[in-house]
Amino acid sequence: MSVAIATAARSTAAGARRYGLWITTALLLAGLPQAFASPIAIAVLNKMGIAIIFALSYNMLLGQGGMLSFGHAVYFGLGGFIAMHALRLLGGGPAALPVPLLPLVGGLAGLAFGALFGSFSTNRAGTVFAMISLGIGELIASSSLIFKGFFGGEEGISGNRTRGLAIAGLNFATDVQVYYLIAAWALLATALMYAFSRTPVGRMANAVRDNPERAEFVGYSQRTVRFVSFCAGGFFAGIAGGLLAVNYEIVTEETVNLVTSGNVLVMAYIGGVGYFVGPIIGAIIFTLLQSLLSDYTEIWLLYLGILFLATVLFVPTGFAGVLMMHEPARRAGRLHRLALPYLAAGAVALGTAVGVVGLLEMVHVWSSAATGRTRLRIFWTSVDVARAAPWLVFAALAVGGVLALRRVAPRAAAAFGEATDRGQGAAR
Amino acid sequence: MFELVFFSLLNGLVFGMLLFLLSSGLTLIFGMMGVLNFAHAGFYMLGAYFAFTLTGHIGFWPALVLAPPLVGVAGALVERHGLRRVHRFGHVAELIFTFGVAVLIEEIVQLVWGRVAKSYEVPALLDFPLFTLFETSFPAYKSFMLLISVGIFVFLFLVLTRTRAGLIIQASLTHPSMVGMLGHNVPRVFMVVFGIGSALAGLAGVIAGPVLGTFPGMAQVLGSIVFVVVVIGGLGSLAGAFVASLLIGVLQTFAVALNYSLKDAAAALGIGLAAQSAFADLWTVTIAQVAPILPYLLLVLILVVRPMGLFGTRET
Repeated sequence: MSVAIATAARSTAAGARRYGLWITTALLLAGLPQAFASPIAIAVLNKMGIAIIFALSYNMLLGQGGMLSFGHAVYFGLGGFIAMHALRLLGGGPAALPVPLLPLVGGLAGLAFGALFGSFSTNRAGTVFAMISLGIGELIASSSLIFKGFFGGEEGISGNRTRGLAIAGLNFATDVQVYYLIAAWALLATALMYAFSRTPVGRMANAVRDNPERAEFVGYSQRTVRFVSFCAGGFFAGIAGGLLAVNYEIVTEETVNLVTSGNVLVMAYIGGVGYFVGPIIGAIIFTLLQSLLSDYTEIWLLYLGILFLATVLFVPTGFAGVLMMHEPARRAGRLHRLALPYLAAGAVALGTAVGVVGLLEMVHVWSSAATGRTRLRIFWTSVDVARAAPWLVFAALAVGGVLALRRVAPRAAAAFGEATDRGQGAAR
Repeated sequence: MFELVFFSLLNGLVFGMLLFLLSSGLTLIFGMMGVLNFAHAGFYMLGAYFAFTLTGHIGFWPALVLAPPLVGVAGALVERHGLRRVHRFGHVAELIFTFGVAVLIEEIVQLVWGRVAKSYEVPALLDFPLFTLFETSFPAYKSFMLLISVGIFVFLFLVLTRTRAGLIIQASLTHPSMVGMLGHNVPRVFMVVFGIGSALAGLAGVIAGPVLGTFPGMAQVLGSIVFVVVVIGGLGSLAGAFVASLLIGVLQTFAVALNYSLKDAAAALGIGLAAQSAFADLWTVTIAQVAPILPYLLLVLILVVRPMGLFGTRET
């Protein structure tokens, strides 16, 4: 009896915790435009919301299904194009389509193309799947420049979202209204994708990813399981594409090309493909870098590439993985013991980064600035790339930093190991 | 008509042999390590840029000799310090790693050499038409490209089949652990093969740079095509890479030369197709315009119908 009560109490508490997170997120999303009211901030938030749905849909393939795709932008972009065509066709006519439902049109288009291309590409996993996805990606990307009627050539196709059917006075004339639309769809799509990962199909996708042979023996066709995940991934990518069409009122061939496919891989991987929240974190980091870093430096893509490669080499579990790694230590209440070693390592890493960034920026000025311009404003100072001194300072910082990191990093790792091990021992 | 066929064949041969220079290294690396190296075309681009810079200082001919080994060293370093590290996380992680390297190479090239195309020119010694047929001339430089790539093909073939080093490499392709048991340092063999493969890609860049252009997007232009070649030929198969290179090379040059569309074909049969329709693009597009998508169509078809490729012995 008491066990039953305890169980019930625990499940209520767990339920409160579970739904509490969603409710908190919803409140947070509702309040964000008040905190960041500038038009630029709203634009960044809109971009971020779309990126989050896109990255999460990608992780249904890579993280949950073990399918490395190099052509996920196909479903994103085609969803966007078809949503845009729907807006143009139905926009002001008698059969007017409410704009809030436009992403659903994109999603259904993504689903249809996912089913079409997935029907043969999910036969196999691993490298064959990756290659087919690349082939399809290249196929659609090249077609987008050839078939001008549908893709609109290089200038893309555009529409007017305010001409859609207005519901309850929402005509989407302002970006803030679009923000709430994107936020609502992002929350809904995230909840649906999370729910999908908890269904038997979602669980079987994990099983097929880890051991396809055993999954077959349990009685599931690995092909079918992959196909279902693939279609679902296409559907949510299409929703993101539909939101893109609403947000920018223009869809260009850029949205289907390989750069976009590569970007979503980078987003998901930096965030951490092993965790549901990983791609969300990745999409936020990526959008922030894209929107803010590009204001400060022309070579932000290089930094992004370095960040991506460093993630692959040193922290393959991504940002979310690093956070989750500290869960045992936090539960044991030993997180504060990590502060000092982490602070030391962080300071050294920061110094190294300053050195490396300084060198790269100086190379950039030296190689591509207009002739005669040798001054570079960096880190609140002005340096002259024609002189040797700044090169030496930054090089010393970079090299010294790397050498120091090799001494400090093991200490931080040891402190982490200690906090985690003892934490687990106490929990047991 | 004969003129068109002759020159398309000749150009297809030149382009095909260039593709072979790239795909031979890629297919060897795949055969050995099971890694499809996304960065391979990046090394091709590095070759062109290294040669451009070296040409400015020491002239084209020394650059031709020096640039490929430099690229090879870069490739070996990537293998030694990057690929070997991610190897334990499996093939998908390796694929993602080489994708990252490809992105990084492109960014580094833009950082050092800038975004605009470089004027990497054909050397003056070879800048003349070799022969003229029906008022179309064939540049001497293209025959030089052909000579180099055929030379490399013969050299590679002899090394792999006639020398002891080739024997060890071939054995490592199929039985790496057995080769290790016999006392060979297999990881070092891998590194050397990766380096040589990169150097071959670099060489392709050195000789293709003046003709196909030296610009930061040059890796992307050829990168996917090279994938198509190795997949169609059969991953790990040198003979397959050779046949597929020529096939794709000839296919591309012929398609570009044909200015016919479905509408023309229908008109020849006496069928008129409406010019104003939502699907008008489908039949007004000429073969020359769809030339860029033909290889990918072929790639998807091959992967669906015969995943081991034309000459492959095992599945990807």
